[in-house]
Parts: sequence; C-alpha cells; structure tokens
Amino acid sequence: MTGTANHISVQGVHKIFQSGDQDIHALRAIDLEITHGEFVCLLGPSGCGKSTLLNAVAGFSLPSSGTITVDGAAITEPGPDRGMVFQEYALFPWMTVEQNIAFGLQIKGAAKGTILAKVDELLALLNLREFRRRYPKDLSGGMRQRVAIARVLAIDSPIMLMDEPFGALDALTRRNLQDELLRLWTELGKTILFVTHSIEEALYLADRTVVMTYRPGTIKRELTIDLPRPRDVASPPFNLLKKELSELLMEEQDRHVQDEFRGVAVN
Amino acid sequence: MKRVRHTASGILVPLAAIAFWQLLSSMGWVNATILPSPMRVLIKWWAYLRPLEVFDPAQGSYLKWCLSGELPQDAMGSLYRVLVGFFIGGGLALPLGLAMGYSRLVYGLFNPLIQVLRPIPPIAYIPLSILWFGLGNPPAVFLISIGAFFPVLMNTVAGVQNVDSIYLRVGRNLGASRFTQFTRIILPAATPYIFTGARIGMGTAFIVVIVSEMIAVNNGLGYRILEAREYLWSDKIIAGMFTIGLLGLGIDTVMSRLSSYLLKWHRGLEQG
Repeated sequence: MTGTANHISVQGVHKIFQSGDQDIHALRAIDLEITHGEFVCLLGPSGCGKSTLLNAVAGFSLPSSGTITVDGAAITEPGPDRGMVFQEYALFPWMTVEQNIAFGLQIKGAAKGTILAKVDELLALLNLREFRRRYPKDLSGGMRQRVAIARVLAIDSPIMLMDEPFGALDALTRRNLQDELLRLWTELGKTILFVTHSIEEALYLADRTVVMTYRPGTIKRELTIDLPRPRDVASPPFNLLKKELSELLMEEQDRHVQDEFRGVAVN
Repeated sequence: MKRVRHTASGILVPLAAIAFWQLLSSMGWVNATILPSPMRVLIKWWAYLRPLEVFDPAQGSYLKWCLSGELPQDAMGSLYRVLVGFFIGGGLALPLGLAMGYSRLVYGLFNPLIQVLRPIPPIAYIPLSILWFGLGNPPAVFLISIGAFFPVLMNTVAGVQNVDSIYLRVGRNLGASRFTQFTRIILPAATPYIFTGARIGMGTAFIVVIVSEMIAVNNGLGYRILEAREYLWSDKIIAGMFTIGLLGLGIDTVMSRLSSYLLKWHRGLEQG
C-alpha cells in the first residue's frame, strides 16, 4: 500500500468507441477517487457509461486516455485483485456450486485443504451449504448470485466490482441480497464499486453515489449519503434524497429517450 | 398407467403394419420372392442368428458359442469397423476442430480446404479407397473415418467459437492463464456441441459401413444382404435390414444416454 488514502484513483479518463462511421464518446474527463473500504455506487440511465467505467476499472476495456490506478499501480489487465460480479451471474454451468467457488483458488494454486476450508467457510457465510453439489441450472437467480459473490470472495480480492448484480432479481430477493451484501461488506471490509440504475438501491447501499450524465458520460454529481444503516427506505430523509436524485436522473433519462426517438444507436 | 398407455400406443402402428404385411402374403397378393411373409422373415432371422455347430466346451466358452452364428459375426464385424473408423475420424477431427475454433490463424489456414472437401459424400471416395487400400477392412475404415470426420470437426469448431465470452471474462478476472482458460472453460463449454457432432458422426459412420461392406468387404451386415440378393433370399435381406436398423438404434441410444449423463449440468439438452 502506498501512502495515499485513495485506493482506486481514476484520473482524466476518456473512452471513445467506434460505432460504424461515428465515434461515440462514452466517457469524458472522469475523475473519481475511492478510499479503502468505501461503498460507491455509479448511478445513471442506460448509455451513461457507468458499465464502461466499471469495465475500465476491471481492466476488460482500457480507457482511450487517462489513467486508472489501484494503490498507485496502473491497471493494464483484469486481475484477481478486482473481483467482478456480473448481472447475468456468469457461473460456469458445468461446475457445481462448490467447484465454481473453488475455481479461483485452484487457479492461484492453493493447497487442497486450504481450498476445502475456504469453500466450506463461504458456503456457510452465504447460506449455500445445502446447495454445494447442485449445478447452477438448478438454482434460483438469487442463489446463483450468492454463488457468484462467493466465487469472488474466495479469491480475497480487496475490491469488488459489481455490474448491476441484482438487476434481474425480484424485489424481495433483491432486498434480501442487498442486506446480505451490506453484512459482508461490514464484516470483510471490502471496497465496493457498484453499478446500478436504481436510485433506491444506490441510496440503500452506498456511502457515496456518483450520478453520471447520458452520453458523453461525465460525472454530474457526487452525493455522500450520511444516513445511518440499516436505512429506512420509508423515512423522510431517505425520500428527500430520493427526490433529489430522481430529478437529476430524469434529466439524463430524457436525453436518452430523445436520442432513442431520433434513432441514434444507443447501445 | 400413463406410461403403459404410452407404450401401448407406440406399439399400435408397428403391429398394424405387420398385420397388413401378413395379410398381403397370406392372401397371395404379392409374390413370396418379392415380399416374403413376416413369419418367414422371422424364421430366417432365427436361422441367421443361431450358432451353426452344437455346443462343445472344448471349443471355447458358452458366450463364444452363442455368438458363433452368422448374424452375430456379421454384426460384430460391422460394429468393429464403425468403432475403429469413428475413433480415427473423430480422433483427428477433435484436435483440429479445437485448434480451428480457438485460433483465427488455424481457421484461416484450414477452412478453405475443409469447405471444398466437406460436400464430397464419403461414398464418392470408394474408387480411391479401393485403389489405395485394396479390399477388406482398410478401405472400409478409411471411408467410415471420412464419414465421421466432418460432423465432429464442424461441430467442434462451432462449439469453441460459440463459447459465451462472459465465461472467458470471468476466467480472466479470476486470473486464469490461457492454458487454464482452454482446459477448464472453453473445452467444457464446447462439449454439448462436440457430443452432438459425435452423435451425428456415429450415424454417418453407420451408413457408410453398410455401403462399404457392399463393395469392399466380404462379411458384415452390408455384405450379407447383398449376398442374399444373389440367391433371391428376400427373407434374409429383410432380416438383415432389421438387424441393421436395431443395431443403429442401439448405438444411437448408447450415445444419447452417454451424453445425457456427461452433460447433466446442461440446460437445453436434446432428448434422444
């Protein structure tokens, strides 16, 4: 660890995609500093570049210009120090739950006993014990996402990148997993960068919410959420913030919709 | 109960067909040489199946005796050629298919040649195979290998190319090396395609074995039905054909059971 308090540092990041004969400016001049153990949500409408930014931090698609560093070291490729949880779970269907969780540790070359102990621990932590020998196709969406989270926790990455992980779940399962994630975050002290388009989700989870603009993706507003946890989604302060964010977001959503009506390629 | 009814309804049409066939023969509507009665086919089938010698323990085991009839010997000969040809053809197609699916370079190198050769039916190789390998098992195995080669190849290529990129992203994210990516992600992800290719390849091999036996080999089920024609033994021809059909069904059932077992993780498995 270098001396800086900042863990993830995004500086002057631009990302330009070629789409046919036109350039799409997906990210413009993004500066973002995230400290150790912070829970940050990226919030915005479709096409605002929030997933692009997450993929850049993950190392899947590097910025066109600008730098992203983790503890002072520039990111050049994906790595197990930044575990990613995908919306579509992306569990390996040919592996059982325990094999999926063990995979990252096997890659690291961990000893058999270590792997077994870690898998047992994670199965217990995420209430997956009865499902250890099941295949993903026999699990519900919520269960699958628990396994995907366990798979990332297994490799002990200090940073968790989450790309709308609960977007495909029903409301109750979603709340349940949000609480679970907060519990894990408190227990394990991870730094979390979480992409969502749900205002309520961002307000419920994050220490800080970063609202992004629709194309080109820039940071419109950073909002520190000081409400104590567990947060009451029905409380007046929560709803006040919700209203504020909602207004910010709707402006961007309107621009997105206008683009769609004009037939601009939005994805 | 439902199951019983299901089986019963499945047996109805074959029974009706046999009854109609028997009627044709009994009423003398067709010449018995052209279409013998089901009963005569059954009798011939049994004669074709049973051992020719009396059981003698000095000659070997009981099982060996049981299989000493003409039909079991023919069936084993055909099966042997199918399996050897299938494993040679499939065994060459699998590594080439994996390489072509994985590497654009290998794909670019081999695809033009493959596309030209693929539409040539294995049967068109018969003259060349006899010229190259003479008569007997070698030309037959050669033809069967060609028949099995292309389905396994094409499906393996498609299987590797269609691996969902999200699995590869997960692999990179977890720090997998290229070798691990290939063995632990690409290979298992492609197995449903590969098994489909193997099943089609096995079916083709089974067609080709019958044809090749009609031309290049002096035993086997294909040879036997052609031989029977020379003596106008239409009952033996039909018995041989049903044997071919049942053997083919047996092989396909084994292949499909095997792939269901090995792909029990797979969601949209074809039910065979």
